[in-house]
Amino acid sequence: MPSLGSDMEAGTLVEWLKRPGENLRRGDIVAVVETQKGAIEIEIFQDGILEEYLVDIGQTVPVGTPLARVRGPGEAAAAVEEAPRAVAEPVATPLPMPVAPAPSALKAAVTGALASPAARQSAAQRGLDLAALKGSGPGGAVVLADVEAAGVAPPLARKSGGLDLDEMRKAIAAAMIRSKREIPHYYLSHDIDLAAATSWLERTNAAREPAERLLMGALFLKAVALALTKHKAFNGFYGDGGFMPSEAVHVGAAVSIRGGGLVAPAIHDTDQLDLDAIMAKMRDLVARVRAGTLRSSELADTTVTVSSLGERGVEGMYSIIYPPQVAILGIGKVRERPWVVEGQVAPRPLVTMTLAGDHRVSDGHRGALLLNEIDRLLQEPEAL
Amino acid sequence: MTPDEARAILLEELSNIAPEWDPAEIDPAEDIREAMDIDSMDVLNLVIALHKRTGVDIPESDYGKMITIEGAVAYLTAKSGG
Repeated sequence: MPSLGSDMEAGTLVEWLKRPGENLRRGDIVAVVETQKGAIEIEIFQDGILEEYLVDIGQTVPVGTPLARVRGPGEAAAAVEEAPRAVAEPVATPLPMPVAPAPSALKAAVTGALASPAARQSAAQRGLDLAALKGSGPGGAVVLADVEAAGVAPPLARKSGGLDLDEMRKAIAAAMIRSKREIPHYYLSHDIDLAAATSWLERTNAAREPAERLLMGALFLKAVALALTKHKAFNGFYGDGGFMPSEAVHVGAAVSIRGGGLVAPAIHDTDQLDLDAIMAKMRDLVARVRAGTLRSSELADTTVTVSSLGERGVEGMYSIIYPPQVAILGIGKVRERPWVVEGQVAPRPLVTMTLAGDHRVSDGHRGALLLNEIDRLLQEPEAL
Repeated sequence: MTPDEARAILLEELSNIAPEWDPAEIDPAEDIREAMDIDSMDVLNLVIALHKRTGVDIPESDYGKMITIEGAVAYLTAKSGG
């Protein structure tokens, strides 16, 4: 059971998405775990073969409990005395709860049976064994229609991706109490003139189909990420050994949930992505937050958080750092205000950006340099 | 496209974007961003869906006309040639 944030102590396994005997590749989603942040898809961080489940559907286990035994490439087959390679870091006492082996009809479709590629793919999705199907194609080959006629294997377990907002509120409360107790916050605020960014965005979007359009939020995330590559005291984790800066910039984009609640999944390597890619990630994350299907890596390795109030917000927001991170940026609503430009008062679109920094790691002077750098980057939107 | 057709498509796409709400219950003159807790990403997704369904081109400068149900119905009807 991986840790999906400093506030998580345990999780409940609700669904297996891979079956024993299946080949796993690094990054595959193997299981769904219910946590206070909703149903989270658990990814595997190694290649191998799923040998057996160690945790049953419906079981709630502490963080660190192995969920399954995985045989790595080249390891000897299924010897029980082999050291287990588990999804999560093994703990001293693995839970002795293997489930019964899957019935043969549910085995993954790894077989020499004659079948069309579409039939193979569909059979795999449905959990059907091609060898057990009667083929109606040339030479008795199994074709897509045969698979469709066979229906689906009985589902292992299903759970809607619904969020428990009361549980989420408890998780937010626990994290924020810890933050306010342990992290000596300091706050900075800076108004940024968005005239250049706004007019660049309008010009860019005017020439684009709706599906290709960008939001100002994508520019904010990119500017923050680029600035953090220079200002490393705001990007990383604070642990028992003090501050560990992160080379990678995984910006967590806070997404609010209707009805209350908030989660900030990471956009991995935000600084390396172009605006179109960031926009696509934002759209995908918002959709999956609302559906309650996030992935483990998106919650476990966020290096900094950006929280944006959007167009229905207010001028400024002073956020609380999400431990073990050491900084959070708050972005208010873009609004038209009088501003002095070259000695003249002119209406300009402004945004107030705030930084909450961790005084154990940085101070106001360095924070100001970070905010000024973000401002500078937003003055050249075409370079983002 | 008739106003009724435009309304049917709009309400369907609105409920895809904010399934927590029944758009038929929303006052057609109310700002949907307030009434249905819709943010700029949702508005963009709505515009994308409406463009796909109706072929109507909705430039960003016209988003302001889409923020009430009655406004959006009138806009879609007019832009599709009634």
